[in-house]
Amino acid sequence: MSESPVVFYLLSVVILGAALLAVTSRKIFRSAIWLLFALTGIAGLYFWLQMEFVAAVQIVVYVGGIVVLIIFSIFLTQQSGKDLPAPVRGRAVFSVLAVCAGFVLTCLMITRYAFPNGGNSGMDAVASVGNIGAQLLSTSEHGYVLPFEVISVLLLAAMIGCIVIAMKTKPDNP
Amino acid sequence: MSQVPLTHILVLSTALFFIGMYGLFTRRNLITMLMSVELILNSANINFVAFNRYLYPGKLDGIFFSLFIVAIAAAEAAVAIAIIINLYRNFKSIDVEAADEMKF
Repeated sequence: MSESPVVFYLLSVVILGAALLAVTSRKIFRSAIWLLFALTGIAGLYFWLQMEFVAAVQIVVYVGGIVVLIIFSIFLTQQSGKDLPAPVRGRAVFSVLAVCAGFVLTCLMITRYAFPNGGNSGMDAVASVGNIGAQLLSTSEHGYVLPFEVISVLLLAAMIGCIVIAMKTKPDNP
Repeated sequence: MSQVPLTHILVLSTALFFIGMYGLFTRRNLITMLMSVELILNSANINFVAFNRYLYPGKLDGIFFSLFIVAIAAAEAAVAIAIIINLYRNFKSIDVEAADEMKF
């Protein structure tokens, strides 16, 4: 247990460094790869928090799905060897100022707030995959079956929407 | 895990959120803006999971919210990439400055 904080701070450095490189890199393909590292680091953070199921979902959906989709669309839409244009200097300066101001303000609020101590017992029995599945599909008072169904309808709508948007329109009779 | 206070995890997720915000402000390319949005959604996810772990260790609601956020992010990324590819077909560019035909 004594090396646990070291693991957390190492993971934080990996996540923040990879995210920073992902938003500042001039080559779009490298930016996507840095995003992959940041998302994998976040999955490691979930493992560190002992939320194994969320970590597995993070790896399967984000790293395996979304990043691959982004890389495909990079290949489809532009020459990946070309540099992106640098941001306009004035806009970059004001963005840095606004972001730093927001970060400092939020951190002040977080450090001032006194979080209650919830205790740390009996978690491993609760957060198992079986319990998650049972409560996700239960129709009782604390069940989540209605949001589950709504999200499946949303995924169906997104799928149909993708097909409709990406469909080529036939040229009218010439 | 109990040796790291909750505040440090919240500072980490705040930093991740504002890094995503910086990317959203400075990038003009639609795919990189989509990457910044993914970073922002992930910072919200970290908050949900950390609050569930630290403040309500006997419940599962934070896990459910983060799972739903992941599902919505997947749907959003799929629709956004379909729109981006369609935009590229019409304008031969995915820069946001190039696609201003419906502006006025």
